[in-house]
Amino acid sequence: MIKAILIFNNHGKPRMSKFYEHYTEDTEQQIIRETFHLVSKRDENVCNFLEGGLLIGGSENKLIYRHYATLYFVFCVDSSESELGILDLIQVFVETLDKCFENVCELDLIFHLDKVHNILAEMVMGGMVLETNMSEIITQVEAQGKMEKSETLTLLFIWQSMRQSQASRFSSKIS
Amino acid sequence: MREIMVRAMYCEMLGYDASFTYIHAIKLAQQGGVLEKRVGYLAVSLFLNEGHELLLLLVNTVLKDLQSTNLIEVCMALTVVAQVFPKDMIPAVLPLVEDKLSHPKEIIRRKAVLALYKFYLIAPNQVQHIHAKFCKALSDKDPGVMASSLHIYLQLIRSPDSYKDLTGSFVTILKQVLGGKLPVDFNYHSVPAPWLQIQLLRILSLLGKEDQSTSELMYEVLDESLRRAEMNHNITYAILYECVKAVYTIHPKAELLEKAARCIGNFVLSPKINLKYLGLKALTYVVQHDAKLALQHQMTIIECLDHSDFTIKRETLELLFRITNAQNVTVIVEKMLDFLRSCNDEHTIIHLIGKVAELAEKYPFNKPEFMNTLLPMKYNSWFIQTMNDVFSIGGDLLQQDDPNNFLRLLAEGSESKEEDDQLRLYAVESYLTVLKGHTSHLPQCFLQVMSWVLGEYAHLQESVDRREVIRLLTQLLDQRSVSSETRVWILSALTKIPEGQTDLILDLAESLSSSQDTVLRQQAQELRHLSQDSQLREFKPVAVVCVFSSQVDSSLSFLDGFVSEALAAGAAPYKPPHQRQEELCEDRALNLEPYSFSLPVSLSSCSITDRQSPTLLSVSSGLSGNSAELSQKAGSSTLILEGVKRVWGKDGYLPQKEATAPPVDEPSAAVQPASQQEAAERIEPRPEPSTQNQDKQQLASSLFVGLGVGSSVSLLGKSEAPPPRFRKKPRPHESSSSSGTSKRSSDSSSRSSRNTTDSFLYGSFPEEEPATSISTFDHTPKSTTANGLSQNKDTKEDRHANTSQILGGDMVIVRPSTIQDKHPPSVSSDLTALLPADLKDLPHSDVISLTSDPSLSLSSCRLFRDEALLLVIFISNCTETVIKDVAVQLTLKHKHQQMTLKNFFLLQVFEFMRLILMNSILSVTHRPLVVTTEEYGKLWLSLSHDVKQNLKLLTDAGDPLRTTLNALKDALQLHVVDIIGSEGIVACRLLSGAPCLLHCRVNGAALAMWLRSPHPALPDFILYHCQRALAHH
Repeated sequence: MIKAILIFNNHGKPRMSKFYEHYTEDTEQQIIRETFHLVSKRDENVCNFLEGGLLIGGSENKLIYRHYATLYFVFCVDSSESELGILDLIQVFVETLDKCFENVCELDLIFHLDKVHNILAEMVMGGMVLETNMSEIITQVEAQGKMEKSETLTLLFIWQSMRQSQASRFSSKIS
Repeated sequence: MREIMVRAMYCEMLGYDASFTYIHAIKLAQQGGVLEKRVGYLAVSLFLNEGHELLLLLVNTVLKDLQSTNLIEVCMALTVVAQVFPKDMIPAVLPLVEDKLSHPKEIIRRKAVLALYKFYLIAPNQVQHIHAKFCKALSDKDPGVMASSLHIYLQLIRSPDSYKDLTGSFVTILKQVLGGKLPVDFNYHSVPAPWLQIQLLRILSLLGKEDQSTSELMYEVLDESLRRAEMNHNITYAILYECVKAVYTIHPKAELLEKAARCIGNFVLSPKINLKYLGLKALTYVVQHDAKLALQHQMTIIECLDHSDFTIKRETLELLFRITNAQNVTVIVEKMLDFLRSCNDEHTIIHLIGKVAELAEKYPFNKPEFMNTLLPMKYNSWFIQTMNDVFSIGGDLLQQDDPNNFLRLLAEGSESKEEDDQLRLYAVESYLTVLKGHTSHLPQCFLQVMSWVLGEYAHLQESVDRREVIRLLTQLLDQRSVSSETRVWILSALTKIPEGQTDLILDLAESLSSSQDTVLRQQAQELRHLSQDSQLREFKPVAVVCVFSSQVDSSLSFLDGFVSEALAAGAAPYKPPHQRQEELCEDRALNLEPYSFSLPVSLSSCSITDRQSPTLLSVSSGLSGNSAELSQKAGSSTLILEGVKRVWGKDGYLPQKEATAPPVDEPSAAVQPASQQEAAERIEPRPEPSTQNQDKQQLASSLFVGLGVGSSVSLLGKSEAPPPRFRKKPRPHESSSSSGTSKRSSDSSSRSSRNTTDSFLYGSFPEEEPATSISTFDHTPKSTTANGLSQNKDTKEDRHANTSQILGGDMVIVRPSTIQDKHPPSVSSDLTALLPADLKDLPHSDVISLTSDPSLSLSSCRLFRDEALLLVIFISNCTETVIKDVAVQLTLKHKHQQMTLKNFFLLQVFEFMRLILMNSILSVTHRPLVVTTEEYGKLWLSLSHDVKQNLKLLTDAGDPLRTTLNALKDALQLHVVDIIGSEGIVACRLLSGAPCLLHCRVNGAALAMWLRSPHPALPDFILYHCQRALAHH
C-alpha cells in the first residue's frame, strides 16, 4: 500500500502532499521535513530507494523518489509494493501531469493544486494503485474537465439570459 | 468559494492551521454544483481523517451522490468513500457500493471494487458475504476491474488455504497477459500490463508457498515470464525481480532455480545502481534457501560494502547478517560496527545495533583461529569487546532486551565454570579500564551494565583492590550527567561488594541519605546499615537476586486458576482494551436506517471484528509453539545442498586459505588444485591484482568462510537455535501452589488418568509405535512428572501379548470425537452412538472408561479399520457447570527413530485437538431454553445487551426462514419458540442459566437477527456460531 505521496522542491517547500494514513498536522509537516532532509543529501548517482526514517513507520516502509529539475517526487510505500514498479509509476504520473498541463512546471502545481490532486486520484485511490494506463487517466481527467466546462457554460448562458431579460425589463420600463 | 477552498488546501499543506474551513468544505460538497462538489470532496479528503467528527455530516451527501445518475458524482462519492470514511458508517453505504459492482460503466466498477477493498481492510467481517462478488469482479470483462480486484485477493491470500482453487485462474490470467491478449492501451514501454504482472506474480508466490501441487501448476507460466522479460527496461526488471522471488518462494524446481540464479547474477552485476540494490535484496532473500549463491558474487558484495551509497551499504550488511556463521562472525560484526560509527541516522542505528547484539550473543564463545595470532587478547575477549562497542555506540537507543540478554548470558553462564569465570573476569577488567578513562560521554545504559557486572563479579578479580572499584563507582555517582536511575544501579552494586571499607561507604551513604530521590535515599540507608552491621552482612543472601534474570511469565498462567473460578462464578470474560473500545463505539453508534423501516433490522452496531469467543484464543496460542517447531523442521529439510560447484573450499576463498588458515581436513585432495585454478582464473581478468585487491580477497575469504558444504546447514539465519549450552533456561512451569489447594485433587486425579491412558495406549500398539498419553484437566498443563513409569512398563508388557496381533498395520490415525456431556461414565456403551457417521459401521471394541474425576471423565474406544487403528477418545463433562477451558496435553513417547511417522502422528494429534476444542466449547456451553411466546416477550423486554446482524438465509427448501432456523437449531442446540409469518423467535441458555433470546426476521434475501442477553458477551458468541453454522451448511 502507498502510505504517502509528497512533492517538494529543491528547497524543501511542499508543493503537494497526500497522506493515505492518518497523521496529525504536526507529524505530517515533520515527515515532509525529514523526508526532504533524507532525500536532498543524496547524490544523483545513487539508487532511488531509501529505507524509511523513523516517523513514517520504521523499517518496513520505503521511500522511493525521483528528482525532476526542481521537484522531488517521493512515494512512501510499504513492503507490499514493488520498488521498480513504483519508480515507473512516478514516471507515469509525471508524464500524465506533463500532458495535462502541457509542459508542466512548478508553478502549475502551485496554481492548480486541485487539478493535480484530481489526476492523482485517478491513479491512486485510498493508497492502492487504481490505474496505470496513461491514456485512460487522461481520458478520465478530460471527461471531468469537459463536464466542468459545460457547466460553467450553462451558468454563463443562464446568467446572460437573465441579463437579457432584465435588460428587456429595463427597456420596457423605459418605454 | 471554490478558489478560496483551493487556497485553504494550499495553506494547510504548508502547515498553517486552516481548520475553520473544514465545515465550509463539507458545505461545498453538500450544496455546490459538480464543480464545487469536486473541490469540496477533495478538500474533505485532505482535511479530515477517519475519526473526525465533522465527517458524520458528510454521510448523507455521500449516500445521495452514490445514487445519483451523474457518473462523475458517483465517481467522486466512491473516491471519498475509499479515502476517508468512518468505520461505523460503513454499513450505511455498503449496499449502495455493492450495487455499483454491476454498474455498466467500468470506471465505476473499478472504483467500487477498491472501495470494498478498503472496507475489507477496515472491517473485514462486514464484507464477508460479498466474497462471491469479488470473484465476479475477478472475471470481469474489463481488465481494469480485474486488476483492481487483484488488490483484494493479494490481501485475502495471505491466509491462502481457502483460495488454492483459484490458482488455475490466476495462472490463466497471467498467461493471457503474457500472450498480449490485453488491449494495446495497457502496454507500457511495449510490455503488456507490467503492474498487473507484478501483482499476479506476488499472488502466485503466496499461493505456491510450501505447496507442491499448487506450485506445479505455475512452473510453466513462471518459466514463460522469465523468458519473456528480457528486454532492457526498468519495468521488465521489476517483473523479473518478482519472478525470481516467486521461484524461490514456491516449491523448488531445479530448472527454474537455475534460471532465477542467473537473473540474480545479472541484477547484482548490473552497472545500474537501482538494479544492484534489487539484486542485493534478492540475494538476501535467497541465501536463506541457498547460501551458495552468495559465494558466486562475493567480490561484488565486497565492492558494495565500500559503495558510496548508504542504502546499498545497508542492504549489503543485511545480506551479510544472513550468512553469518561461527567462523565469519567476527569480520561481519566488525564491518557492521564500522558502518554504525559512520552513520548518523537514528533509525538505522537502532535497527543494526540490535542485529549486532543478536549476532554477538549467538556466538559468545567464539574463538576464531587467527584471532589468537593477530590479536594477543585473552580468550573470548571478543564477545565482551563487541558488546562494549554495541553499548557505547547504540547507547540509550538500545532496546531494553539487549542489555538484559547480555547480563543473563553472563549470569547464567555455560556448563563449565572455568569458562564463565574467565568471561566474567574479562568483563570486569575491561570495565575497570573503561571507567578509568573519560566516562562522561558514556550512555546511561552502558553505565548500568557496567555497575551491575562490577557489583556481581568484582570479587573474581584478585589483583584489583576493592577500594579501587568502590572509588571508581563513587566517582560515577558524583557526575552530573548520570541519571538517577543509573545512580540506583550503582548503589546496589556497591551494596554487593563485600567486606570492609566502611569509611568510604559510610561517607557515601551519609551524603546520599539526604538526597531528593526517595529510592536513592532508601538504598543509601540500607547500605549504611549493612556496612555497619557485620552480622547482618553474613545473612546477606549469597547469590543476590539479579534484576535481569527474573523470568517473567508473560502469559500470567499462574492466574488461570483464579480466572477460571471467577468465570465459573459468572464474571465477564476479560476483553482486551481495543475490544472494549470497540464496544463502546458500538454503543454510541448512530442508527442510520430510516425509522420507517422495520424495527429489528438495524445495521447500526454490526461491526463484528474480533468476534471470536475469548476461549478459542487461548487454545490456539497454546498450540502455536509446537506447530512452529514442526514447520521449522519441514523448512530445514527443503534446503538443497547438492549440485553446486565447490569453487570455494570449506574455509572460504582457496588461494588465501593456504596463507592464513591451517590445513583442515579436506574431503579429497584431488579436488583442491582444480578448484584453486578455477578460482585463480576468476581473478585474473581483473585489471590490477593490486594490494587493494588482495585486501579485498582476504576480506572475502574471511567473510565467506564456512559457507561450504559442511556448515551450510547452520545458515538458516534467525531460525537457528542458539548454541545448546547457552540455551535460555526453561521457564519453570507454574507451580501447583499458585493454582490453589482446591486444584490439587483434580491435579492428582488427572495425573492418574494419564497413567491409565498411557498403559491403555501402550497396550494397543506394538512396541515400535509412538504412543500418546492424554490427560485432561481444566486448567493449564502442568509439567509432566513421570511417576509410575515402572507401572507403565508392566502393563505394557502384559497387554502387548494380546493386542499386537489386532493391529498388524503400522499407521495410527487419531480421529476427532464428539463431545457429550451429562453422560455418566457408567452408561459408556451409549457413547458409541456418538461416533461420527462415517465411523459408525466399523467394528469397535468396548468403550473403556479410562478415568474420571468429579468434573471430567475420559473414556476411549478402538475402531478397527482395514488399514488402520482408530482411537476415539470421549471427554465428558459430568457436572452442571460450564467448562470454559479444556486443555489437552498429549505426550508422545516414541521409541525408535521413526521421524516421519512421528511428525505425521503429531500433525494428526494437533488436528484432533483442535477439533475437540472447537466442539467442546460449542456444545458444553449452551442448551436450548424452553419458553412460551408470552414468557419470551416478557424476558425480551427485561434484557439489556443486544446485538444485531444480517445473516445469510438458506433458500434451498420451501420456507427459507423455517429451514434456516431448523438448521441453526440442529447445529447449535437452540429452541425455536415460535414462527409467525416472516418472523421467528428462538431461545437458548447458558449452563449457568443466563438466557439468550434471538429474534429473526426475513429481510429480502437476508436474515436479520437480533440477539439479547443479560450476559454482554453471549450474543456475540452465539452470533459467531450462527454464522459459522450457516456458512458450513
